[in-house]
Amino acid sequence: MNKRLLITLTAAVLLGGVAVGYTALSGAAPDAAQSVTTGAGPRLMVLSNGKLSTVSHAGGSREVTGQSCDRAYEAAGTISCLRPVGALKASELAVLDRDLKELRTIPLTGFPNRTRVSASGRMVAWTLFVDGHSYAANGFSTSTGILDTKTGTLVTSLEEFAVEGMPQRPVDTNYWGVTFTADDNRFYATMSTGGHRYLLEGDFAGRTVKPLTDLDDVECPSLSPDGTRIAYKKAVGGDPQKGWRVSVLDLKSREITELAETRSVDDQPAWVDDRTVAYGIQRDDGLNDVWAVPADGTGTPAILVPEASSPAPIS
Amino acid sequence: MYLSTIDKPKSANWKGLSGNVFALGTVSLITDVSSEMVAAVLPLYLVIGLQLSPAAYGLIDGVYTGATTLLRLAGGYLADRTNRRKAVAGFGYGLSAVAKLGLLAAGNSLTALGVVITADRAGKGLRTAPRDALITLSTPSGDLGRAFGVHRAMDGIGAFAGPLVAMAVLAASAQSFDAVFVTSFCIAAFGVLVLVLYVKDRPEPVQRREPLKLALLKDPAVRRIVLAASLLGLVTIGDGFVYLLLQKREGLAFGWFPLLAVGTSLVYLLLAAPLGALADKIGRLKVMLAGYGALTVVYLLLHGPLSGWPLLVLVVLLYGVFYACTDGVLMALAGPVLPERLRTTGIALIQSGQALAYLGSSVLFGLAWQFWSPEAATRVAAVAAVLALITTAALLGRRK
Repeated sequence: MNKRLLITLTAAVLLGGVAVGYTALSGAAPDAAQSVTTGAGPRLMVLSNGKLSTVSHAGGSREVTGQSCDRAYEAAGTISCLRPVGALKASELAVLDRDLKELRTIPLTGFPNRTRVSASGRMVAWTLFVDGHSYAANGFSTSTGILDTKTGTLVTSLEEFAVEGMPQRPVDTNYWGVTFTADDNRFYATMSTGGHRYLLEGDFAGRTVKPLTDLDDVECPSLSPDGTRIAYKKAVGGDPQKGWRVSVLDLKSREITELAETRSVDDQPAWVDDRTVAYGIQRDDGLNDVWAVPADGTGTPAILVPEASSPAPIS
Repeated sequence: MYLSTIDKPKSANWKGLSGNVFALGTVSLITDVSSEMVAAVLPLYLVIGLQLSPAAYGLIDGVYTGATTLLRLAGGYLADRTNRRKAVAGFGYGLSAVAKLGLLAAGNSLTALGVVITADRAGKGLRTAPRDALITLSTPSGDLGRAFGVHRAMDGIGAFAGPLVAMAVLAASAQSFDAVFVTSFCIAAFGVLVLVLYVKDRPEPVQRREPLKLALLKDPAVRRIVLAASLLGLVTIGDGFVYLLLQKREGLAFGWFPLLAVGTSLVYLLLAAPLGALADKIGRLKVMLAGYGALTVVYLLLHGPLSGWPLLVLVVLLYGVFYACTDGVLMALAGPVLPERLRTTGIALIQSGQALAYLGSSVLFGLAWQFWSPEAATRVAAVAAVLALITTAALLGRRK
């Protein structure tokens, strides 16, 4: 029976060696970048396989950091990173600088979904799914918060804000997809109630939100750098189950332009510049690509960064 | 109500447990470390790594588990027919081990992942009945409660350790899912080796050719135990729902979620062997009924007077007690009733009945939750558990 024991021990050593060796080799990550670089020419920050990365518009090489996020955004050196739910850890928002130094973390409950930073880098917003995981399903619920990194003021839920024009906030209200204006106080977002998905205008200091009830089906708004237009996803035929069309709303004329992307886009668009809108689209194999399309309804969509999600122009 | 004296045959106490039971327990322990470490990360891998919706994951999981139930019956029948239970179990263990490498190869393709997950579940379906049959065939009937208790305790240690090993691998490998799959494969392969080297097959004398499957269900004692197993499945709403209700009620962070499962398996593995021995001593049916009692209290507590830590601790404790009172004990109750020639098929039949009923009950509970309310759903579940207790007592309490 010694032979049996010998075989067992040999196998244990061999298999153990393979497991430990493979694990150790995976741990030694190939020289991860230590910062989100600015460099020459316009660059984008994206998530590559869940890791913060930078890439130039022209394509070229990608610098992948070791920082994991489910969703991220960047502006003026402030990076917001929604970290995933771990095996023994709740999700959280991390505010980082360009060297990936953690400036602040906020524990959150739910599945990370959207995040945005104001152009100055001062205001940070996020949306998580608390119940349900899709904007197309019935009965989902979201939680949206805002942090002022300058004063440290934290609003954990927009539901704390008074709703203008309504004596009481309807119980079925959900908020998602904040985008900030240049004054670091006013912001836009989506407010859903009674089957409508209104664009809302918010006032952070005044702690109020005002649904613009003439602007229905405006989800995940994203304000253009010049502050004149909002790129967003518009439910096809007013029914989210039919998918969404990326569209642009002119805030002054209230004119709506459907962009040349005809596939359904479930993302909060990001403005690469005043003429171009970027967004993620999931492929059949589960990976995402970042696409871009002109903001005036002309042209055709093209892949901006392959195998990436969560685009943000590095300003 | 006339309870038990149903089983008081000869007992050799703990000495009745053969090396084969411990060898099978060791194989299960090793295999469970492997499978639970993948189970702990697979939802995260699919939902966060591959951005699959959790609903889609739940569907995949449920459908594949249900589809492999039939394979379980086939495996049981094959093991009896060929009289080679070890070989069929070994094939099942091997299939699941190879599936771990398949996860690595499947990459991002959902189709390939579906095939691999199905293979993994098929392996589990194939191996369970022959393994349990080997335990009953290796143990004097008076000590079956102990034997299953010890086996389930070892199994539980593996289930307890698996998620912890997975977290350690993730931490050591900079969150590499691939490293978890490779490690899981190595552990599973070692489990197969232990099975091949240390587990003895228990072939029956070939001349005893008894009628096969259909005849099995003609025996009223077998019918009663299959019915009892289906009842057990029918009142089990599923761990996910129990923990989800606790999480909602107490507003727990998602991070606590795995700890509820770890706590329950800890209670289960600690109590499985002692309760198995108690079942051999005072009667298996009594212990089984006590399990239903614990389950009823769990359902009532989910919307009961307690809250905070006392609620969490009590629910986890009682839920572990329920598993320890019913899982192995049911097999110990079933063993002596089934003819040796058809033991694997019989065990597969019982486990299939339980698994199918469980699938039905989790769907029904989900619907009740959605269309009535969680409170109403849990109260109905509690009433169902009491009814199952009474019916099981009536079914199994009579002498044949």
